[in-house]
Amino acid sequence: MNAPDNAINDPSSAVLQQAADFAPLSPRRMLVIGGIALILAGMILGDIFAAFILHPNAGRIGAALGSATQAVAAGDPQTAGAAFAKIGGRLENRGTKVDAHAHMISFGYLALLLALLQPLVAFTEQRKKFLAQLFLLGATLLPIGVFLIHYVGLKWSPLESIGWASIFADLGGAFVLLACLAELFGLWRGVRLRVSQRSPITAADELLTDRSWSSRVLLSGGTLLILLGFLHGSYYAAASLYRNETRDSELLTAMTVNAAGKNLAVANLAVLDYGQLQGAKAVNIAAHSHVIEFGILAILVAFFQPYVFLEEKWKKIWAVMLLAGSLALPLFVLMEFRWGLLAGGLADMGGLLVICALFAMLVGIWRHTGKLDAAGGNS
Amino acid sequence: MTAPRKLLIIGGLALATWGMGYGIYYAVFVEHQTLDGLGGALATGFMRAAERRMPESQAALSDAASRSFVYVRQVDAHGHWIGLGLLLVILGIAFDRVALRKRTRFLLALALFFGSLLFPLGVLLETWNRGSGPQAIAVVGSALVIIGLCGTAWGFACADL
Repeated sequence: MNAPDNAINDPSSAVLQQAADFAPLSPRRMLVIGGIALILAGMILGDIFAAFILHPNAGRIGAALGSATQAVAAGDPQTAGAAFAKIGGRLENRGTKVDAHAHMISFGYLALLLALLQPLVAFTEQRKKFLAQLFLLGATLLPIGVFLIHYVGLKWSPLESIGWASIFADLGGAFVLLACLAELFGLWRGVRLRVSQRSPITAADELLTDRSWSSRVLLSGGTLLILLGFLHGSYYAAASLYRNETRDSELLTAMTVNAAGKNLAVANLAVLDYGQLQGAKAVNIAAHSHVIEFGILAILVAFFQPYVFLEEKWKKIWAVMLLAGSLALPLFVLMEFRWGLLAGGLADMGGLLVICALFAMLVGIWRHTGKLDAAGGNS
Repeated sequence: MTAPRKLLIIGGLALATWGMGYGIYYAVFVEHQTLDGLGGALATGFMRAAERRMPESQAALSDAASRSFVYVRQVDAHGHWIGLGLLLVILGIAFDRVALRKRTRFLLALALFFGSLLFPLGVLLETWNRGSGPQAIAVVGSALVIIGLCGTAWGFACADL
């Protein structure tokens, strides 16, 4: 009789089987807890970035573009060039924050995916543990390095154009890449081994066979969110993408031609319109990417519901809250262009709902580890 | 492993690897040059306007628009290949829960895989040819992904009914 059969006949052996799959410091436990922690950290950073940095930074970029237009009117090419250098700096500040936020969340997703695939990876437990640690180290190092690029610059750097923050970020990226390649190799070995032994590939894994309400609603809801994101992306590409690109070019021409012709009122209006256009593009792209990412998150956490040790009622509440926040954030981000700060605040509330639901699930998983460890200790 | 799961998991991994490979090539050999060129062209456009050399200013701004068109599509293709690859793997893991006929599930997996392959390819091809051919490839690709996702969502929901 194999382990799952034993588990059906004897509930205490079921707990022991779970304890073996999710043992303390096991690669799966490290990747699940580390992955959710990375996603939470990335989301909190994103919320802080959206609330305190994004809008003031966009305002400063607009002001620099305005001063470039004034410099054109005054016939001062040096000041116009300097204004674009400032814009470059502001864009770097914005870009590194967005990159740190996006990479933390993506690495969190990857960690959850690797956690799911662990039973199929044909390496010794020691090697799997090392790979999980290497992955999590790289996944932490890269976003921190990217975040610091704007502040550290080239200070004390041994290289001419790459600073220490970039070096550490690249090192983190290399760790993640190495860990992923090794996991892929282990996965290939595992699948080949199971095919040669004619054993079912995923039969014994409780994470893939769970049919609880919260798991099913997260799976269906997540797929619908991704579908919604795709429909919105297709609509945006068909209706606005090419028109916005043409308008972008027209406004830049209007700024320079009118400023050179000393028609500053029209040139300044073009600067304002250009800012509005960039805002419209940004909210559409943010809504599109966030709804798809939240859909992927919902599907991923659906698999881990058997590890969330909470009352069934609470599991349902957190699942619904995660889906509601996942829909609210992109929807209100889209409305930001019409409703302004009110929509921005509601979008932040949507993000907060997702963060709370995810944190509650993490607490549930933490409680599950306590239960398993206690059962393991008693046996 | 069933055929649709095999197609989605292996196809997804291959697509994500291809997307990452393209991303590394792009970051090392293309992106910095493109961004430097884009920023330089915009600054030149304004500086020449300040010097009242308007034809040169307009040429620089047209160059910036063209570089921006290419940059947006290159980054889109890279991001969508990896994102869709990851999505295929995740859907592949859960695909046995799609409560539809075997043949329908295989057709859905085919639509998802070929859509994920074609959509970013069409977007990328637009950087070489701005005619309707690449756009048509992108539209067909995105339509296939949407059909595949609709069917999968329906299949997950059917399992709950």
